[in-house]
Amino acid sequence: MSDTATRRRGESVFDRLEPLLPQVQKPIQYVGGELGAVSKPWDDATVRWALMYPDAYEVGQPNQGVQILYEVLNEQQDVLAERTYSVWPDLEALLREHRVPQFTVDAHRPVGDFDLFGVSFSTELGYTNLLTAIDLAGIPLHAADRDDSHPIVLAGGHAAFNPEPIADFLDAAVLGDGEEAVLEITDIVRAFKAEGSPGGRDELLLRLARTESVYVPRFYDVEYLPDGRIQRIVPNRPDVPFRVHKRTTMDLDAWPYPKKPLVPLAETVHERYAVEIFRGCTRGCRFCQAGMITRPVRERSITTIGDMVENGLKESGFNEVGLLSLSSADHSEIGAVAHGLADRYQGSNVSLSLPSTRVDAFNVELAEELARNGRRTGLTFAPEGGSERIRKVINKMVTEDDLIRTVVTAYSGGWRQVKLYFMCGLPTETDEDVLQIADLAHRVITTGRETTGSRDIRCTVSIGGFVPKAHTPFQWAAMADPETIDRRLKALRDAINSNRSLGRAIGYRYHDGRPSHIEGLLSRGDRRVGRVIEHVWRDGGRFDGWSEHFSYDRWVAACDAELPALGVSLAWYTTRERQQAEVLPWDHLDSGLDPDWLWADWQDALSEVEQDDCRWTPCFDCGVCPAMDTEIQIGPTGRKLLPLTPVNT
Amino acid sequence: MQKIRIRYAKRGRLAFTSHRDFARALERAMRRAAVPIAYSSGFSPHPKISYASAAPTGVASEAEYFEVGLQTPVEPDWLRTALDAALPPGLDILEAVEARTSDFADRLTGSHWQIRLPEVTDSVAEAAVAAFLAADEVLVERMTKSGRRTMDARSPVVRMAVTERGPDAGGRPGEVGNTTPAPAAGGTGGPCAILDLVVRHVTPSVRPDDVLAGLRVVAELAPPVPPKVTRLAQGTLTGHGEITDPLVVVGADRAVSGTPST
Repeated sequence: MSDTATRRRGESVFDRLEPLLPQVQKPIQYVGGELGAVSKPWDDATVRWALMYPDAYEVGQPNQGVQILYEVLNEQQDVLAERTYSVWPDLEALLREHRVPQFTVDAHRPVGDFDLFGVSFSTELGYTNLLTAIDLAGIPLHAADRDDSHPIVLAGGHAAFNPEPIADFLDAAVLGDGEEAVLEITDIVRAFKAEGSPGGRDELLLRLARTESVYVPRFYDVEYLPDGRIQRIVPNRPDVPFRVHKRTTMDLDAWPYPKKPLVPLAETVHERYAVEIFRGCTRGCRFCQAGMITRPVRERSITTIGDMVENGLKESGFNEVGLLSLSSADHSEIGAVAHGLADRYQGSNVSLSLPSTRVDAFNVELAEELARNGRRTGLTFAPEGGSERIRKVINKMVTEDDLIRTVVTAYSGGWRQVKLYFMCGLPTETDEDVLQIADLAHRVITTGRETTGSRDIRCTVSIGGFVPKAHTPFQWAAMADPETIDRRLKALRDAINSNRSLGRAIGYRYHDGRPSHIEGLLSRGDRRVGRVIEHVWRDGGRFDGWSEHFSYDRWVAACDAELPALGVSLAWYTTRERQQAEVLPWDHLDSGLDPDWLWADWQDALSEVEQDDCRWTPCFDCGVCPAMDTEIQIGPTGRKLLPLTPVNT
Repeated sequence: MQKIRIRYAKRGRLAFTSHRDFARALERAMRRAAVPIAYSSGFSPHPKISYASAAPTGVASEAEYFEVGLQTPVEPDWLRTALDAALPPGLDILEAVEARTSDFADRLTGSHWQIRLPEVTDSVAEAAVAAFLAADEVLVERMTKSGRRTMDARSPVVRMAVTERGPDAGGRPGEVGNTTPAPAAGGTGGPCAILDLVVRHVTPSVRPDDVLAGLRVVAELAPPVPPKVTRLAQGTLTGHGEITDPLVVVGADRAVSGTPST
C-alpha cells in the first residue's frame, strides 16, 4: 500500500507520519529517538532486519528478547536492525487513509523495505496484530503470495514452538534462543545477496531450512485423517529435514546483553534494567511451557550479573533492577548476589527486585535483603493450585504448611501484603480443588493476624485460566470449558467471602475463562486455525491480549464460520483430550524433550506422582541435554561481589 | 542548597514528548550524569526539580525551563554539558544559570510562539489575523478535565502577525533528533504561512491551539494539515510586547556561569 514507486527503498516516511501524530493518543510511542536507539545509514548495510514485538509500544519496548537481538544485530558492521511495534487502531485508521506503511520507530522506514521482518511472540494473542503489521507494511498476508521484493517474515519467541496456526502468514520460524540464530540467518542472507540472489525467495528459504534450525512451513505438507486428526506432517521436497531443532545459547556470560539498554521516553510497563540471571528451568511444573522449552538451566555467574547491573544502571539511568529468570531464587549463588547488590546500592535510590514466586521462607529472606533500600510493599507467591492433590498433579512441590510458614515469615518480617497466584481449570481439577483456595487464604489471614498481633495485613488471591501448551506434559489434556471455569471462579469468590471478617482482608482478582479458551485454541491449533485468525482479523480483531479489545464472540463466530467445513470445531481443539498416538501439530518441531518422557510425565501427573529437579537429584531423562548436545551450567563459582568504587565523591 | 535554572529545547520528533515523559527522562539523565541532585525527605523521596509551565505535547520549544536543587554545588556549565550528553538528541539543554532569587515563576509572564501553517497562503493567513486582532473578544471552547469551557482567546494576545520568514524553528537539519531532512510538515514546496505570536500568560492559559481555534471562529481558517508550533521564547513581557530573557536579572544576580555558590 506504500507508494514505493516514488520513494527510494528505506527512505523515511516521517514527513508523512508527522502530520498524523497530533491526531492520535500518546504520539511519543511512535517517534523513537530513545537513549540506546541505533540509527545507521541504509546504504551502508548489506542485511537489514525489522524487529517487532506485536503489541503496543508500552508493552513491547521493554521486551528483553527484542532488545537483545536489536543490539546483537546492530553490533555487526554491515547489519541494520530497527524496531517496530503495533500501532493502535486510531493510528492504523490514519495510516490506511493516508497510505503510510507500517514503519520502524528508529528511522521511520517502511517495514516492507527490509530483508527480514522478525516478530517475537511471547503469547499467541499477538497473532491478529501480526496480520495488521504485515498488511500495513504492504506485504501480502499469505506467504505464498509474496515475491522477491518482500521481506522474509520470521517468527520467534515461545509461541514459535507451535507456529502452525500462523504458518500461512509466515515464511519461517526459529525455535529457541535467538542470539546465535539471528547471526546465522544473517550470514545466510548476506552470502545469498552477495551471489546475486540466485533462485530468489524460494532458494533463500531452502538455504534457511537446510540449517535444520529454521522452520519453513511451506516445505511441509500436513495430511489429515477423516476424523480431523493429523495423519502426518512431511517435507514436500528433498533436502528439507524431517524435524527442525530448537537453538540453545550456551555460556550466558559470553552474551551479556543488553549492554546498552533502550530507555523509553514514553511510559512503559517495565521501566527497569532487567538482567536475566539464568535461562531455563527444571523445576518441572507441568503446565509451564517456558520451563519445558528452555532447558537446560544455564546460569550467569555472580560477577557477570554484578557487572551487567553496574553497567546497565550507568547506561540507562534507571533506578530499578529486576533479576529475571523463570525462578530466580534457584540461582546457585542467589544469596550472595542479593547480598552483594544490596550492599553495593545501599543508601542509593536504586531498588532491586526478584520476580520469583516460589513458595519458601528463603524467598522471603531474599526479598528482605533486596528491600533494604526500598519499600516492603508486597510479596508474591505462586502456589498455582489450591489443594495438595492438584499441586501434585501440576508438580508444584509445595505443601500447605510450607505456604503458611512462608507467609508468616513474610508478615513477621514487616510485609503487610501477600499476593497468591493460582490457576483454574487444571487437568483433573474438581470444584473442591478450587474451593480449597478459600480455606488457604483464610488460614493465611488467621495465622498472619495471630503472628503479628495486627489486623493490618492483607492477602490477594489472583487466579487465571489454565491454558495447555505445546511441548508440555499437559499438551494432551482437555481444557475445562469457560462455563465451568467461570462457575468455579464465582464459587471461590463466595467461599472467600463466606467469612466476612477474613473475607474483608482478602482481595480477589480473576480473569474470566473466555480469553484463556481462545488462547487454548491458538496454542494447540494447527494450520486450519489460520483461517479463524484471518477471519477474526478481517472482522476487526486487534490487540487480543487487551481485555478492552478482545472479543470472545468474534472468535467464536469465526470458528463457527471456518471450522465446520474442515470437520473440526473450537471444542475439538480445546476441550478434547488427545491420545498418545495422535500426531500433534508440532511433532516435527524438536524442543529436545523426549515424547515418551513427556507422556510418562503426563501419566505421572494423572497418578499424582511428583518429579524432583535434576539440578539436585539424578537426571530423569527428559531428553533435552543429549538431544541438543547441551548440559546444565550452574555454579557456585565461590566468587563475591566487591563494593563499587563510588562514582561521585 | 544550590539551585540552578535551566533552559532546554524540545526539538524535531521529540516535540511529541509530554511533560511527564520529559520529567522521567530528566530524572534518569540526572542519574546517568551522576548529578548530586537533592531529594525531598519522606517515605518516597523525589528529586527537587520544579518545572515552569510546559509547552503542550506535540509543540516544539526553544524555551522550556526548570530549576533543580543540588546537594553539593556544581558549576552550572558542567551541569549543562553533562545533562545534555545524558539526554537523547532532541531534548537539548541550552543554558544553566545559578539561581539567586526565588521569583523565577513570576518572571515568566509571556511566550513568543511561531505557528507554521502548511498549505495556507500568506494572504489567507493575513486576513484571518486582521479579523482576529480587530475583534474585542474571540470566544473559543476547549475541553478541560472539568468539562467544556469557554475562554476569550483575544485578550491575552499581545501581538500577532504573518511573517515573511521568521527564524526557522521547524526542523533544523542536523541539529534535532530528527532523522529526516524534514521539509515543512506535509509541504513539498507549497505555501506555508508563518504566524508570529506573543501571548500573555493568563489563567486558564491561552495556548496557540486556542488562538488557532479563534482564527477559525473569526475567519473560518481551517488548516488542511496540522500546524507546527514552536515556542521561541518565554520570559517577562515588556510594555512593548517584547519578551525578555528570564535568566538575566537586571541589576541583580546574573550568575556568572561557572561560579558555584558556597
